[in-house]
Amino acid sequence: MALTLADRRHKWDVKLSPFGFISPYFLIFGVFGLFPLLYTAFVSLQKRNLLDAEGAQFIGFGNYEQLLFHDPYFWNAMGNTVSLWLLTTIPQILFALGIAHLLNRRLRGRTLFRMGMILPNITSVAAVTIIFAQLFGRDFGLVNWVLSWFGAGQVDWQAGTASSHTAIAAMVVWRWTGYHALIFLASMQAIPSAMYEAATLDGARGWQQFWRITVPLLRPQIIFSTVIATTGNMRLLAEPLLFNPGTAAATGGSDRQFQTAALYLYEQGFTKYDFGYSSAIALILAVATMLVAGVSYLVTRRIQTD
Amino acid sequence: MRPKTTPRLVLAVVCAAVTALSACGSGDAAGGKVKLSLGLFGNFGYTDLIKEYQAAHPGIEITERTAAYSDHHKNLAAHLATGGGAADIEAIDTGYVAQFKATPDKFVDLNTVGGDKVKDRWLSWKWSASLAKGGQQIGYGTDVGGLAICYRRDLFEKAQLPADRDAVSALWPTWQAFFETGKRFQAKAPNGVKFMDGGPTVLNAIFGQAPVGYYDQNDQLVVDSNPALRTGWNQVVDAVKANLSAGLLYSTPTWNTGFTQGQFATVTCPAWMMTKIKDQAPDTAGKWDVATVPGGGGNWGGSYLTVPKSGKHTKEAAELAAWLTAPEQQAKVFTSKGLLPSTPSLYDDPKITGYTNPFFNNAPVGKVFTDAAKKLNPQYQGPKAGDVQTEFGNAMQRVEQGKQDGAAAWQQLVGDVAKLK
Repeated sequence: MALTLADRRHKWDVKLSPFGFISPYFLIFGVFGLFPLLYTAFVSLQKRNLLDAEGAQFIGFGNYEQLLFHDPYFWNAMGNTVSLWLLTTIPQILFALGIAHLLNRRLRGRTLFRMGMILPNITSVAAVTIIFAQLFGRDFGLVNWVLSWFGAGQVDWQAGTASSHTAIAAMVVWRWTGYHALIFLASMQAIPSAMYEAATLDGARGWQQFWRITVPLLRPQIIFSTVIATTGNMRLLAEPLLFNPGTAAATGGSDRQFQTAALYLYEQGFTKYDFGYSSAIALILAVATMLVAGVSYLVTRRIQTD
Repeated sequence: MRPKTTPRLVLAVVCAAVTALSACGSGDAAGGKVKLSLGLFGNFGYTDLIKEYQAAHPGIEITERTAAYSDHHKNLAAHLATGGGAADIEAIDTGYVAQFKATPDKFVDLNTVGGDKVKDRWLSWKWSASLAKGGQQIGYGTDVGGLAICYRRDLFEKAQLPADRDAVSALWPTWQAFFETGKRFQAKAPNGVKFMDGGPTVLNAIFGQAPVGYYDQNDQLVVDSNPALRTGWNQVVDAVKANLSAGLLYSTPTWNTGFTQGQFATVTCPAWMMTKIKDQAPDTAGKWDVATVPGGGGNWGGSYLTVPKSGKHTKEAAELAAWLTAPEQQAKVFTSKGLLPSTPSLYDDPKITGYTNPFFNNAPVGKVFTDAAKKLNPQYQGPKAGDVQTEFGNAMQRVEQGKQDGAAAWQQLVGDVAKLK
């Protein structure tokens, strides 16, 4: 029997409607995600001044060649990015696990503490950085004041490589630990208490229970948090930019000691106006982010689930 | 029935959306007022002038937005590149004006709206510094820096140096004498107080006096071959080695704290610096004074008001920019905020030359700065002067932080500057 028009319309409806419903995502992704990505790729093949689009010249992979083989400041920035990634991601995940474990116990004012966890994350990153930059001040900073009680000398936090990375990592860890802790806490509460009771009967103590039961069962959340933290830290811009503001902010210190890759991109694009070069940095950074996120995924996946 | 209602509903929603959008687009005309925005950095002292202008022009509403120095110029570049978001009037500092005048088609050519008729108001070098190669004028000059030395009377007294401004000026006819005085100061200085705030500010002052700066007239970088820069660099490196510097980089929070905590006794002082000190450390009123700068004249800083073409009301904006930078208004800004006019007709005006500043122990700043401005040798500013200045600041910081000696820092600087093409 031939299909009536209504039948056919119903068939199309079933087939096509789902695409209609998900199309807003693809439209928005196309406009705000895919198009900028392709346009960046296009610009990265040009020698182009930010203010002078008409004067752009096509130079093929010239920007990439310059970046990868002739630009020590780019590799310096990548090195700083990786260093800050290690200094932020590992403490973040470990502190978050510990805090979530503490909050998972019975204690007075539990809800208050749990809500407090998210507070650092919802404060403005600019405000946080400016306050931390004051705390890490060379002459009148709180951190140096506390260190002086223990006889430690005045640390010029901005001047050194290790000291500036430590200070910036402190800002990132302070801001994001609570966020990850809440994710871990939510999944900890889904672990049936019978497992802990059984472990207690078997003679496992608190610490053993934590490493043998809690952490393995949190594996998916730990992977998620690590990948999120990794992609976030590869794009680290505001903290190093505002850590030592002033006219030299974009270079990340007098010797680029805390210039991240994103900050180098910003310097090339918005102080040197080299739009083509900064687009090439953006694409390389995107690829590097995927690689590093992949590595951290593989590492965290190795958490035992026996 | 359903299939029929759906299109009608969709149509209604779309219409509503379109109406809402178009209403947003023309909202400006509905109010009847022309809205002008001013994009500034630092303190231009325009708040009272804007009230005055609005009172005289009831059809115009003006808003100011202020950002930090480097953020402001980076935002402006981004806004001009994307063709949206720039204010109707945007301020540009001397260090950046050459970079922006390289793309004059982004700005209204002020010569086409009457600028060429009033060009004699300005110092001729100020006028030509914002003049593009094709003859387009992209900005009206606001202030010029001029140069002096601001110093702390109380700290000089404690170090058993003269505190009277004429006697202090007599201490340093040259920069060499300035650093010698620094050594005398440092020998008896109160604990924790250094003679100068940091190497970079002193460098800027010395370089500002040189007949040729970072660039020659053909826009070629001459950092490596200009003896004036190397001599000044060596002098400041020696001063840092002699422990005269507090090691602070200007425009950073630690530098700002330095003013409130009295960490240094002198700071090279273009006229706009006085406002900065007053805003930053109001509690030090009366402790500061102003002496002449070693080596006579010199300039550091000073700005321009430009009218980006992307603005909606460029005609009104150009009128406002012309008014704000007219001699009468520059005179008012000088007496309220201390910014030195770029219009030489005022330099012999008793209202200006007789002006004293109570914050700086009633120093005759009107006379000090107009004298400095008259002695000033105009220096050509090349395309990336602002970025070269940043690299010099970084290099001097590396010396002050003990990471490199003067020679190594200079060598790296030359390499960094060569990349600024």
